This record gives sequence, structure tokens and C-alpha cells, in this order.
Amino acid sequence: MTLLNKNVLKQRETLLAASIVALVLLVGLRAPIFVSPGSLANLLTDSTLLVMLALAQMLVIVTRGVDLSVASNLALSGMMAALLASRNPDLPLVLVVLAAAAIGLVLGLVNGWLIGYLELPPIVVTLGTMSVYRGLVFVLSGGAWVSSHHMPQHFIAFPLARLLGVTHLVWIAGAAVLAAWFLARHSRFGRDLYAIGNAPSCARYVGIPMARRLLWTYGLSGLMAGLCGYLWVARYAVAYTEIAYGFEFTVIAACVIGGISIAGGTGSVTGAVLGALFLAVIGNALPVVQVSPFWQSALTGIVILAAVLINARDGKHGGRQILPLHLGPNRSAA
Amino acid sequence: MNSTTIDSNMQATHSSRYTIQDSPGFRITALLGKWEALLALLFVAAFLANGILLPTFLDPYNLADGTFNFSEKALIALPMALLIICREIDISVSGILALSSVAIGIAHTSGLPPQVLLPVALAAGTACGLLNGVLVTKFALPSIVVTIGTVSLFRGLASVVLGDKAFTGYPQLMADWGQGYFFDVIPREFVVLLAFAALFAVVLHCTRWGRRIYAIGNNPVAARFAGIEVNRYRLVLFMLTGAMAGLAAWLLTGRIGSTRPNIAMGWELEVITMVILGGVSIAGGAGTIGGVMLAVLTLGTVTYGLSLANIPGIYMTIVIGLLLLVTIAVPRLLRGRKVAK
Repeated sequence: MTLLNKNVLKQRETLLAASIVALVLLVGLRAPIFVSPGSLANLLTDSTLLVMLALAQMLVIVTRGVDLSVASNLALSGMMAALLASRNPDLPLVLVVLAAAAIGLVLGLVNGWLIGYLELPPIVVTLGTMSVYRGLVFVLSGGAWVSSHHMPQHFIAFPLARLLGVTHLVWIAGAAVLAAWFLARHSRFGRDLYAIGNAPSCARYVGIPMARRLLWTYGLSGLMAGLCGYLWVARYAVAYTEIAYGFEFTVIAACVIGGISIAGGTGSVTGAVLGALFLAVIGNALPVVQVSPFWQSALTGIVILAAVLINARDGKHGGRQILPLHLGPNRSAA
Repeated sequence: MNSTTIDSNMQATHSSRYTIQDSPGFRITALLGKWEALLALLFVAAFLANGILLPTFLDPYNLADGTFNFSEKALIALPMALLIICREIDISVSGILALSSVAIGIAHTSGLPPQVLLPVALAAGTACGLLNGVLVTKFALPSIVVTIGTVSLFRGLASVVLGDKAFTGYPQLMADWGQGYFFDVIPREFVVLLAFAALFAVVLHCTRWGRRIYAIGNNPVAARFAGIEVNRYRLVLFMLTGAMAGLAAWLLTGRIGSTRPNIAMGWELEVITMVILGGVSIAGGAGTIGGVMLAVLTLGTVTYGLSLANIPGIYMTIVIGLLLLVTIAVPRLLRGRKVAK
């Protein structure tokens, strides 16, 4: 049974990987420039923030939760990093990055405390903190923009600087993927998250400290959002109230495309990475094949729906039907 | 024979694990413990605080105009409450609204008469809701995932049609309903909202349909075994939500007089906040229309007070977020930790 499940899972991810490759080749056929190494490296760099956020979101979704506040958290910690760097240009970059990550962590722990220890529904809590964090960005910045000439040069240069020919962004994302893979597959913390998502009451009976696990899961999601907040602001060299507005849905969409079940308990790091890559490929391919950028959102929607339809086909976890409800030809409603 | 079975049944009730009691009588303490009472207090407090602090607040014309900023959202919150009670959710409402507004724009520019625009909006909204409903019911997909997909699809289609342009120059009829008043004081939108709130309250609380929606929300499987066409209810509720979003699109487009790609951006979360704040359980099966309307009025009062006090609208999002967090966290803290830990 488990072997079969594993095979199905593997198939789904290979299917997704194959369709990403096919998509890239298809676009390359229309516009050969798209498959040039430079363009592909660019694509990889563009996808990193989404990949990292999707990894953290995956861990949250695995516990049957959802973190809607990631984009607001990203905006708030990004804005604070930008303000910190622009007020104190001599501050070492490491401290700024650590500050952004720490702010993100604290914001995430607030979510985690409300969800883990007070047992409030994740969707409601993160909906609330999402509004609060977004509002705080405005309060802190006074509604003003922090643009590139306010920020010190080394602050902006870091994400796109290259180490061994690869941008720092890609290195960081790579490290995040490895860390998430280790956490999800080889640590007790990660396995506990799957247990919580699969059967919360059983997880409680076998003695998993659910409140603490949830606290740190959302904390981790916040930490990642904080780190991405700095990277986002530095990469686009601007910070304002609406940065990454609505990005939480893109992150969740990446997870959904990657086959992570919103009902909890299923999902892999590979899936999250591939889902994020898929969305990044679509976003980068449209201008190349000269499709109006206005189509991007509509196509994303179609891809999400197609992905959930495909994923639903191989794992019907719906209510068990004990008795045959419809014996006639009309077998529609279940 | 018959009477003996009844007798034995009555004796059996004492040894049974379940006792079904009559509905309790009227008690003032029970009433005060209700969520709606808490909300009503909050509403009165917000209203009084604004009235005392802001001299222009109690002006009837100001008050009437203050209803414009929540009427359309509240119209969507009503069917959303039904959906959430039914354990579903619709994130795509703002997308439906945008697409319906675009449909109105297309119909208007292609020369259809002004009276037809409302049916066009309703039809467009219902069609979007139908798509959501079919995906949720026929393919057994979780509604949150489906509607995250369709919101991007609907808004995407709207922006594909609009490009970088906008539809403007809508007929007077729509402006009359969007910005107009009855008897020069009461905004028409608010009257529409009150009428629909009454309708939804009657349907949810006084009809068999309403009871069944609660039953589905409490336990969909048991509801199915009890002979309720669960999927048909879900489908109809999604279509209803779509239709109401279409109606809101018609009013909003009439009020602001244009269709732009960013119309109603982010409304889905405001609408859901209204519903949750109104005491509807996100886990389904509990909540009232009265609570939702009280939440709508409270939020409306606070927003309106803040705007009179010249506080930027974004501060409002902090207030709304905190209100939401505090209102769900405080009862939880007061009740204390559960034992099953």
C-alpha cells in the first residue's frame, strides 16, 4: 500500500517535472533565446523567492494549516530592513539580514502562538495578522517609498551578486531547499508535522507536542518570509506599502500545483519546488512568446485548476461511501 | 400496544446516552453570553465613541453617506456566510465582481439598453459561481483551492479584456442605483442591502433550506445519509454567491462610474473578515445573519469614524485585523485551556 502510494507520488512529481521541461522546450521552439543559458539562469533567479516561500508554506499546509500572512510579513520585514539600512548605511549587511529574519520570525511566532497554544483556526488568525502587518508597513514608513538611492549600495547588490557564476539568490534558495528536505524527511520535527496533518487527534494521543510544533512551524514560515523580505526589497531596490500584495495566493498556488494537499498530511519538498518553478516558467515565458502580460493571471488560474484536477484524480480522499446511494443511471451526486 | 412502546421509549430516554431537550426558555443571562450581544455592545460603543468624539458624526446625511463604503461588500458577505456555515468558502468573489463589471461594460458598449445590464451582471456572476460549484461538487475538490485558482482566472480574464483601458460612461440608471437615494436621505444601496439581509435571515433561520445548510455544515456525511442533496446545496450556494457578487458589481460600477482592472481588489478578505467577525464559525455549522449584519455595521461605523477623523484608510486594516484577532482570541482565553491536550 505504501509502496503504491509512493509510486503514485513519484509519478505525479515526474509528470510535473516533465511538463516544466516540455513547457520550456515548447517556448524555446518559438523563441530560441528563451533556452539560452543566460535566460535560464535568469529564470532560476526569478523563481527563487517563490521557491523559498513555497517551501515554508508547504510545511504549514502539511499540518492542515495555511499562512495567509506571508506576503504582509515579507512586506513588513522588508520595509524594516530597508529603513534600517537607509538610516544606518554603515551597518554590516549581515546584521540587516539577521534583523529582517528575526522580525519575520517574531511575526511568525505570533501566528504560531495564536494557532498552536490558543487553538484558533489558522485561516482566521493569518487573515487577521495579514491585515495588521500590512497596515504596520504603512505606519512605519509613513506611506513613503524607500527607493534605491536611499539604500546603501552593498544592500542592493547582494542578491544579484554572483558566487561561482551563480547569483546569491540561487545559492540561498538551494540551501533552503536542502534544509527543508532535511527537515521534512529526516527530522523528528518534520515527521511530526506530517502526523499532525494526517490525524491530529492521533498525533495528540501519541504524545506529539502539537502546540510547540505549530508554534515553530509558523515561526519558520515567518522566518522565511523575513529573509525573503530583505531579498525582495534588495533585489527590486524599492520598498513600499504594497510590495508583494496578493503574493500569498501565488505561494499557495505553487504548493497546490506541486501536489501538496490542502487537507494536510501530504506533500513533498520536490513538489513545492516544482510547483514554484512551473509558475515562474509561465511568468517568464509569456513576454518571450509575445503573449500579452495580461494573460498571466488567467493562465495561472487555469494551471492551478488543471493541477488540482489532475492531483484529485489519483487520490480521492473524499468521504467514504459505505452504501450505494445511486443505483440507477443517475450517479452524479455522492 | 402503541402506548406501551411509547412508555418504554420514555423510560429508555433516561438510560440513553442522548437526551433531546426542549428548546430552553428566554433567559437574559443566556442572551448576554451570545456572540451577537457582544457585537451589539461593540457596535453601540463604537457608535457612541464616534458620536462624542466627532461632532459631525451624528449628522443624518453624513451617516447615510457612511453606508456606501460597506453596502456592496455586505451584499457579498450574506451569501458568503451561508457558504461558510456550509463548510465551504469562496475566495473568488472579487474576481467574479471584476468579471461581472467587465461584462456590464461589454454589454453597454455593444449598445444593449440600460435595463438589461443588471441581468447581464447577474448572469455573469452566476456563471462564474456555477464554474466554482461544478469544480467543487463534481470533482470533490476543496473549495479554497478551487477558488484560489478561479480568482486568478476571473481577474485575469477581466484584465485581458480591459488591457490598459477602462469602461466608462455608464447610463444614468446605474448611477441612480449606485449613488442615488430614496426620499433624498436613505441611500438606495443600503435599502437593497437591508432587503437582502432580511431575505437571507428568513431563508437561513426560518426555512427547511436553512436548517439543512446548518446540518451540512455540522456533518456533511451525516447530512448526506439523512437524505439531504449536499452537493446540490453546495452548487446552489456557489451560484448564489456568484449572483450576489454580480449584483454588487452592478451597484459598485454604477457608484464609481467605471470598470478598471483593479476594481474591488482585496475585497474577498474584507468580506470573509465581516463574516468571521459576525460569529460564523470557519469550521462550519454555526452563525447567524444577524451577527454578520452587526459585524458589517460595526466595521462600517469604525471605518466611517476614522475617515471623518482624517485617519488614512490603511490604519483601518490594522483595526479590522486586531478586531478579528481579539474577538476570536478573547473568548478562547476566557474559557481557558482545553483538557484534551
